[in-house]
Amino acid sequence: MTYILSALGLAALAVLPMLFGDYGTGMLVGLAGYVTLATSWAMFSGPTRYISLATVAFFGVGAYTVAVLNEVLPYPLVLLAAAGIGATMALLVGLSTLRLAGIYFVIFTFGLAELVRQLITWFEVNVTGTLGRYIFLDLEAKHIYWQLLALGAATLALSAWIRRSRLGLALRVIGDDETVAAHSGINLARTKLVLFVASSTIITLVGAIQAPRWVYVEPSIVFNPTVSFLTVIMALLGGATRLWGPLFGAVPLFLLFEWLSARFPDHFSILLGLMFMAVVYALPDGVLAALEKFRRKGNGNSATKPAKEANA
Amino acid sequence: MFLSTLFLGLVLGGTYALLALGLSLQYGIARIMNLAYGEFMLLACFAVTMMFTSWGLGPLWGLLVVVPLGYALGWIIHTVMMRPLIKRSGGGGRLEVDTILATFGLLFVVQGLMLVTFGSDFTSYSYLDRGIGILGTTIAANRLIAFVVSLVIGFGLYAVLIRTRWGRALRAVALAPGSAYLVGIDVNKLGRQGFALGGALAAAGGALVSMFQTFSATDGVVFTMKALIVVIMGGVGNILGALIAGLLLGLAETFVAAFIDPGLTMAATYTMFLAVLLWRPTGLFGKAGG
Repeated sequence: MTYILSALGLAALAVLPMLFGDYGTGMLVGLAGYVTLATSWAMFSGPTRYISLATVAFFGVGAYTVAVLNEVLPYPLVLLAAAGIGATMALLVGLSTLRLAGIYFVIFTFGLAELVRQLITWFEVNVTGTLGRYIFLDLEAKHIYWQLLALGAATLALSAWIRRSRLGLALRVIGDDETVAAHSGINLARTKLVLFVASSTIITLVGAIQAPRWVYVEPSIVFNPTVSFLTVIMALLGGATRLWGPLFGAVPLFLLFEWLSARFPDHFSILLGLMFMAVVYALPDGVLAALEKFRRKGNGNSATKPAKEANA
Repeated sequence: MFLSTLFLGLVLGGTYALLALGLSLQYGIARIMNLAYGEFMLLACFAVTMMFTSWGLGPLWGLLVVVPLGYALGWIIHTVMMRPLIKRSGGGGRLEVDTILATFGLLFVVQGLMLVTFGSDFTSYSYLDRGIGILGTTIAANRLIAFVVSLVIGFGLYAVLIRTRWGRALRAVALAPGSAYLVGIDVNKLGRQGFALGGALAAAGGALVSMFQTFSATDGVVFTMKALIVVIMGGVGNILGALIAGLLLGLAETFVAAFIDPGLTMAATYTMFLAVLLWRPTGLFGKAGG
């Protein structure tokens, strides 16, 4: 039943570009992109509580791979190359930081985007001698939207599968208490690494798929820190430990941000920051958890209160 | 060339050490990882620049103005923003994540405010911009002054923390927040003071950096990053460690810029950071197994 419903839902989403015009389809691309970003971010950071602030590092690498390779390789191979590069980068970052306490990971990812941006800029200026690149691919907005939709659906499916598997259970134990996890025989570093690589590869692919929208690409465009920021706040708003949480956070926030950035272009980052803090203070577990709590209170059946959900 | 690079690196490193000290206090004593640290430093940069260009008040006098303001701002932010998070976490591990997220939001707010107020252009002013000869090399007077003032403040702070009763209480909170209250220490009050002291040091660092470096409203992240690297290399809460790590970072940056490529300074910093993390996660001078 769930499968039929999801297939129907997906089909309904897929015909949306036919109903909206160019502007609407452009919005859909952004929306699908952020839903996928937030869901894949939460796949790793939700249960482990290792806050990654490096979303845009992977996103930008994906976009840049397309910019560099789009004239050399056929499009599917370009995407494959982007995924490979993203996974390798995630493996390196993960291997060097995930064995340490969470705080080191956060700090490292905090600067990673800046580091990657500077390295690419340096390489482009000194080795290839050009800073900007053009992407000429025969892809319309709706094609990009369909790809993102497929990737987003695959991400949700993967998330759902991980939650039911031993891997997901291991992750939740790690998030609750690393010492306990280690004592119950969970290989901490490997579990975290697998998830981090999976999540980062998806993020890289989102960047790669969205890249043709820009046409002109340079490091300061694709490594915009706002992307990392938006991803985190969307996932947190919906609830990073829930399967559908990031989606519920991403949709309203994306629409709100579109409106805000058009209305208040100069004060956008101030509003963003304030909203971010509002989420951290008012909805620490996300909007879904808050709704559940509210409903439980409304029913008044506090006697049969279900056991508090694990780290929700 | 070598000698002048060495001096330049040491002088830069002294300022980095001071910057990192503030962050180290905030994280070590108040247990708050402040990702908006660089933004507070930049606020001081802009304040000192404004006082210099519009009122003709020298940066060293400006320093005396912004340091108390930095303390006050730190105090307010701790009281208004951090206190609810500390209460909510109840001393658990959640505080770390919550404060990182809250200060990450604060970073964007302050940065946005600075962009609106000062624009995104690079800013600088010229103060004592003449060379002084030392051991056959010349070094800009403003850099040298910044270095000396950094050292004075750094060692002064060290003396306060080691010698005075207040300093001992601060160190007790940093070492064992769970037991400090058993000996009559008001952990909340001292945490707040530690955070405010960190704010004062951020302001001091900003005022000194503005004397010799161009800066823009979006540079905060880079400064925060440098301070974080120094703190981790030196070991959290370790003042002498931060001093030495700051000097090392300054040296590494200037040598890479002078002999390899200025575009790779950040990469060099990161490589150093990673190497230290992998080799000694508790910092160069931290105790093993922390």
